Amino acid sequence: MTTIESTWPAPAITTRPGLSHGWPRDGVTMGWDEHLALYGPMRASRRIPRGGDRALVDAVRQAGLRGRGGAWFPTHVKLAEVAAGASRSRPPIVVANGCEGDPASNKDHVLLGLAPHLVLDGIEFAARAVGATEAVICVHRDDMMADVLREAVDQRRPSGTVPAGAGPAGFPVRVAEVPDRYVASVDTSLVNFLNTGVARPLARDPRPSQRGVDGRPTLVDNVETLAHLALIARNGPGWFRARGTEDAPGTALITVGGPVRMPGVYEIDLGSPLGQPLRMAGGTDGPVRAVLVGGLGGRWLPLPAMGNVALTDPCLRAAGARLGIASLIPLPAHECGLATTASVLRYLADESAGQCGPCMFGLPAIADDMTRIADGTASPGLLNRLWSRLGVIPGRGACAHPDGAAGLAASALEVFAEDLSAHLAGTPCGAANDPYPLVGRP
Amino acid sequence: MTNPRHDSNTRVTQLRVAPIDCHAHGICAELLPEMISLDEWGYPLLEGGPVPPELIRTAQRAAAACPTLALKLVRSGPERHTHHRP
Amino acid sequence: MSQELTQALWFASRATGLVSLLLLSATIIVGTGTSGRFASPRWPRFAVVSLHRNLSLLALAFLAVHIAGAVIDPYAGIRWADTLVPFISVYQPFWLGLGAVCIDLTIAVVVTSLLRHRMPLRLWRAIHWAGYGVYPVAVAHGLGIGGVDTRLAWVLVWFTACALAVGAAAWWRSAHRDHPDTLARDAAGAELWR
Repeated sequence: MTTIESTWPAPAITTRPGLSHGWPRDGVTMGWDEHLALYGPMRASRRIPRGGDRALVDAVRQAGLRGRGGAWFPTHVKLAEVAAGASRSRPPIVVANGCEGDPASNKDHVLLGLAPHLVLDGIEFAARAVGATEAVICVHRDDMMADVLREAVDQRRPSGTVPAGAGPAGFPVRVAEVPDRYVASVDTSLVNFLNTGVARPLARDPRPSQRGVDGRPTLVDNVETLAHLALIARNGPGWFRARGTEDAPGTALITVGGPVRMPGVYEIDLGSPLGQPLRMAGGTDGPVRAVLVGGLGGRWLPLPAMGNVALTDPCLRAAGARLGIASLIPLPAHECGLATTASVLRYLADESAGQCGPCMFGLPAIADDMTRIADGTASPGLLNRLWSRLGVIPGRGACAHPDGAAGLAASALEVFAEDLSAHLAGTPCGAANDPYPLVGRP
Repeated sequence: MTNPRHDSNTRVTQLRVAPIDCHAHGICAELLPEMISLDEWGYPLLEGGPVPPELIRTAQRAAAACPTLALKLVRSGPERHTHHRP
Repeated sequence: MSQELTQALWFASRATGLVSLLLLSATIIVGTGTSGRFASPRWPRFAVVSLHRNLSLLALAFLAVHIAGAVIDPYAGIRWADTLVPFISVYQPFWLGLGAVCIDLTIAVVVTSLLRHRMPLRLWRAIHWAGYGVYPVAVAHGLGIGGVDTRLAWVLVWFTACALAVGAAAWWRSAHRDHPDTLARDAAGAELWR
């Protein structure tokens, strides 16, 4: 148990401004003129080469950018695969993923709301890199982001910074509004939605990079990834690497929620200690015992024990968590971690797309087990059964949704092990009746 | 000229289940119990690793018997490296 | 052709026609066991699947003799083309034509099943479902072209028993849609993600 104070030694002097440097403080979207005033123009537009531009892909490789959508996959590998799959009858297409299905994450919403042109620049850069002829930006239907984006797309049309040779209307970018469901933001879900109107995940094979929208090689990238590309395009890979660490270069947007003084989205150097964004958010208002890392489908880490673990995906994996969608939600010390986890598991079970057996049956089963544990009504043998279920659920679905839920449950059993003994003995903690409301956060 | 099919050093056959197509008929586990068992909800749990040569015919029969063609045999070798992503 | 031979061919065709109907009925009944997930200690799932396939091949064999007998026998002047293209025969064009419809659909079902791995599953399933349509057409073909034989009591019993059995199996199949996987998929329908 610890309280994170807002005072701490200042972080190392940064050598370049971050992604969010200069963003408006008043919540008003930056228009085209303000965008250009802040960032300057992107490289002179050229005709989009068929087959893409290998030099651009190589620049991304040198920058070491990894996808900010949760998988932290090397962006240049995806770009290369899409470019390699291109043909005259199947030109690539770029899909910008601004859907952010996990309620714990708000970074894409903030990015799109304040700096949509950065994302649109990134889309153009990615399109040139892979030889794509059009793009779609996907946002949730209830988000109001669609209007912001359409407005931004319109602002760019007459400006002439669209690539020459892309046609008089400019590079076609349309906005697609996706149902507001948890798994709708998976990359294959977006491909499925654009092809059939149903935003449910598809099998992992073929990957969207190989065959996606209309059977074309499809680059699905998170909007934050695209925003970083827009700045790499302007400033080069060396500039990008000036922040972060050697193995995890660059900066990342982190959503901080829960019992902190200033919940919101903060930008950090990758490799910063886990406590850093909590401090930036003004510290916690009261003692906390654990933090949920990586979204509702993420994992618990104990505090203060893990307060200094570096925020990179490999370091967090070594510590038993995942960086994932880069969100942090501390748990107040007086709250019941098991009950809170049970309520999240029930939510995740409801959000299953209902396509794969281990997910559509496994998730309600483990949610039920955790609920019984939280209530103090677990029968002997339930814990063993839960552990064996957690062993067989991961890796057997079409997407990572069941893996996230199973990982969350396992981390709860470990991090809240002391409480677990009491709960199993039939004496749950008082706070179990009223779980901390992680689900239903704005 | 060596036939790559018989070159056991470079090509392995693996079992795969397409998760959306599998509707828990369970016929695969009846035909190939050495490598396939069923979880408590009736969905297949595959033994990891390549299919041993003596079970290949049985595995092919199991894949053919699947009513939804969810069970597949895939051949892979080092020259066809697949990206494995979490 | 001698009188005895042509008579023998005619009877063979008629007889194998009746047996084909029996085997077709059995094929469909066991087929509903496959899709309806029938299983018992003596009949595990793979055995039901295997039996369905074997019965269908046996039915095909008898169908082949049934058709060949009718064509080789010169009495009715039936040509090979009449057995595949419906309603062009000189002999009983309507009732024989129904038989041609049956054989066309049966060939489609068999060929697609042999090539199941090489086509979209939805297409295979659609054609297989259409196979149910073979049955009433086959019964009509048999009753219509039977002529005098159709008025024999045992023939009527044969047809009725087969049709009732298939009807019962179809009813059982439509009632047995309650496997947890089926129910769960129906509950989480695609509409929620549109």
